[in-house]
Amino acid sequence: MQPKDKTPKLIGQSVGRLDAQEKVTGAAIYADDIQFGKGLLYARLKRSPYPHALIKGIDTSRAKALPGVKVVVTGEDFPNHIGLYLKDRTIFALDRVRFVGEPVAGVAAVSEEIAEKALDLIEVTYEPLDSVFDAEYGASADAPLIHPDLENYEAPNFIFPQPGTNIANHFKIRKGDVDSTWGKCAAIVERKYRIPHVQHVPIEPHVAIAQMSEDGKVTVWASSQSPFAQRNIFAKALGKSQGDIRVIAPYVGGGFGCKAGVTMEAAPVALATKAKGRPVKLRLTREEEFYTNFVRQGLIINLKVGCDENGLLVAMENQMYWDGGASTEYGVNITRAGGYSSTGPYDIPNVKTDSMCVYTNHPIGGAYRGFGMSELHTAVGQCMDELAEKIGLDKVQFHKMNCVQEGDTLVTGMTMHANGLVECIEKVAGALDWGKAVPATAANKRRGKGMALAWKAPAMPPNAGSSARLQMNEDGTATLAIGGQEIGQGSFTVAAQIAAATLGVPHDWVNIAGPLDTQFSPYEWQTVASRITWSMGNAIKRAAGDARQQILEVVADSWDEDIEDLDIVNGIVVSYKSENETPLRDLVVYGLPNEDFTEWTGGPIVGRGSFMPTYVTGLDAETGQGKRAVVHYTVGVQGLDIEVDLDTGKIEILKAVAAFDVGKAINPNLVKAQIEGGLVQGVSSAIFEEMQLQNGIMQNPSFVDYRIATSTDIPGEIESIIVEVPQDDGPWGARGIGEHPMIPTIAALGNAVYDAVGVRLEGPPYSAERIFLAMVDAGVVE
Amino acid sequence: MTLHSVTMTINGEIEGATVPSQMTLLQMLREELAITGTKNGCAAGECGACTVVVNGEAVNSCLVLAVECDGADIMTVEGLAHDRRLDPLQQALIDAGGVQCGFCIPGVLISARVLLDHNPQPSEQEIREALVGNLCRCTGYVRIVEGVKEAARLGTAV
Repeated sequence: MQPKDKTPKLIGQSVGRLDAQEKVTGAAIYADDIQFGKGLLYARLKRSPYPHALIKGIDTSRAKALPGVKVVVTGEDFPNHIGLYLKDRTIFALDRVRFVGEPVAGVAAVSEEIAEKALDLIEVTYEPLDSVFDAEYGASADAPLIHPDLENYEAPNFIFPQPGTNIANHFKIRKGDVDSTWGKCAAIVERKYRIPHVQHVPIEPHVAIAQMSEDGKVTVWASSQSPFAQRNIFAKALGKSQGDIRVIAPYVGGGFGCKAGVTMEAAPVALATKAKGRPVKLRLTREEEFYTNFVRQGLIINLKVGCDENGLLVAMENQMYWDGGASTEYGVNITRAGGYSSTGPYDIPNVKTDSMCVYTNHPIGGAYRGFGMSELHTAVGQCMDELAEKIGLDKVQFHKMNCVQEGDTLVTGMTMHANGLVECIEKVAGALDWGKAVPATAANKRRGKGMALAWKAPAMPPNAGSSARLQMNEDGTATLAIGGQEIGQGSFTVAAQIAAATLGVPHDWVNIAGPLDTQFSPYEWQTVASRITWSMGNAIKRAAGDARQQILEVVADSWDEDIEDLDIVNGIVVSYKSENETPLRDLVVYGLPNEDFTEWTGGPIVGRGSFMPTYVTGLDAETGQGKRAVVHYTVGVQGLDIEVDLDTGKIEILKAVAAFDVGKAINPNLVKAQIEGGLVQGVSSAIFEEMQLQNGIMQNPSFVDYRIATSTDIPGEIESIIVEVPQDDGPWGARGIGEHPMIPTIAALGNAVYDAVGVRLEGPPYSAERIFLAMVDAGVVE
Repeated sequence: MTLHSVTMTINGEIEGATVPSQMTLLQMLREELAITGTKNGCAAGECGACTVVVNGEAVNSCLVLAVECDGADIMTVEGLAHDRRLDPLQQALIDAGGVQCGFCIPGVLISARVLLDHNPQPSEQEIREALVGNLCRCTGYVRIVEGVKEAARLGTAV
């Protein structure tokens, strides 16, 4: 008999991507590729030119009179408040605008040109107000209020808005006693870091098409990481049942968090409700993609950390002012995640954290790959580097002494699970020849190495669920219906692999039922938080296990055998006892006949599976303490070997090494692809990227002025190392890796720059110009 | 709005359309002809997702007008494979794991195809430079460059 819990051979194999062929031939369908014919209306949005102003009047009469214009709507038409957590915004501004680019009115017309012309004919009268462009100032009593009605907004019980202020959420940690321990510290580092706003920059801009039929049912086609979350928000905004809303989500051309929740999709939905059955399409321009969409919010962080004479960490005080923007779709929860992870992956007995999400007159803060962790780690990773040096310890030694290990009591009081962080540190140090000085490649260059640790937990409600359905086909193959999206990370491939391995068929016998469609796909909370392989993977394993069990029951019944003696191997049901066998195709739809074909058993096999964590607890509002704050943490380390050009300040990364503990790599090549892609996105954010916001207006909303890494900017060598310490409730021990690879990059680069030329900047981007000027200020160069 | 009748060869087939003066080649492909493999990422010639071959050269199709291409020979990503046989470049990109979300891939493939047509054995640096106008946010370019290198090693197009 087979041992039941043995990891199938397919798990850990780098099978090829299911979607690669259609993506290289141009056959893959993205939302903008869907053809709607002549009836399609095109939407454009009238946007606020002011960062903060009262709306004194809107005159749409001239726009409505323009031939070809079919619908014009304003805030009055859709006054319901929406939001993923804190319900603090409306689809179109009601009585005031809060950021440059906020939609004030929407137009649907027979062409984009006419819709654009109609926008010019809409007259909006504003009364400008004082604005907030700095989160720390915004949190002060001097700042003008951006949401005077904050007390009336609906919020879940784990978000703590502070009415009468601009603080949309204040998350606190009070662990141990920080104030009395500073005196016991042998070394203390205290720093302020500023991390600028950056944009997600998927190559596919946001696009959504909405249509409402005469019976009031709404269908939305969208580039979306969250079709079910969108359906839920649309239903609430329109006062409809979730069952009357259908979201169809084809392949996503890059998500990184910006296509999670509802961003611009609400506008075409609103317009469609008045478009008499015609579909309405809104496609953002690249400029709009930059300045109107959810951003990775800026962060101002004041961090103080101290250790004893042996180098053991004693205390941390962490104040974070998150620039939540005009409203706080994800920002309030990023603030919470920043708070409950505020130590980084370090074991610190005394912690005081105040993580505040502050309303400003900047674009809305959204989810961005890492969900606050890159920003937080920029400060934590560099302060730890400084502290190690100050106390006179080798940095690798310092990290190993102080990093979180199994059994440690974490910042929230949760007990740390088994993890491979020490192994990651050792492997990165080894791959980088840590401690061994290597000369620069030229006289005008300085070489340096930097390392930084990272951790991140899936940030989600405690009860975010997944489900899956596996239907067997006549030929023994299976169709797997899931609600998790393929956003490039390879989720469909891994989903098929998990189903095939569980069922006992070759991996290419499982097809994914796509595109995602809330009418046919089973529920999935959202494709975010690096949670899909883990959460949806568990649901798939259960669905395929259910199908397998049904199949084996039919066969056991037919053969009069014990189910324990049966197995499914390569699509064939076998008995280890009788050595009988039958291919799946003979029974999974048509059932099995008895010997004289007078009776049948079985029938079409459909397996179902659900997964939802049941053990995440709330945290005390005053102390942030609780039994289990999160489901788990994925941990890892990045190290960089760089050179800085003394003449220009330009950084060149000679070698990058990353090691992450993924629990179990279901598909190692896909894990490595995530590690490489995330690392380069991290490098891009560390060296190039910054939304230049002046008085709330983005100065660089184009690829020319907002540069992202190109093919000539990549490190000379990238080494990806997979560490596998299993997660107790992951499929074969797997946990997520999607976001983590870019989390430590800014800190690792900051540490490497310091090692090379002895300067530290207050925050990224570490552009050549800024590094050069810092070197001049520090007297490194003239 | 002046309309123009244009005729061009697209992926080996003769196509005709009536287009307004301001319509770009990209708009004609995607909206008039529903040949949607070519992607629109910025409409400003900055991202390369819309790269197509026009008379043997890689061109951002968002920056040329459809009327300018009257009589031209155009190839899009749909024209790379023949009779269900992939171009070795397509296969190499799959094998290298160079595809993630896939949105930049049509443009990447076209730029790489034109590079290899002009320079069958490029150095790694030449590959990186040939792809500098094709932005990718997912892969970090590592496996894309590997795929093009492998395609060069394997040789010519089908």
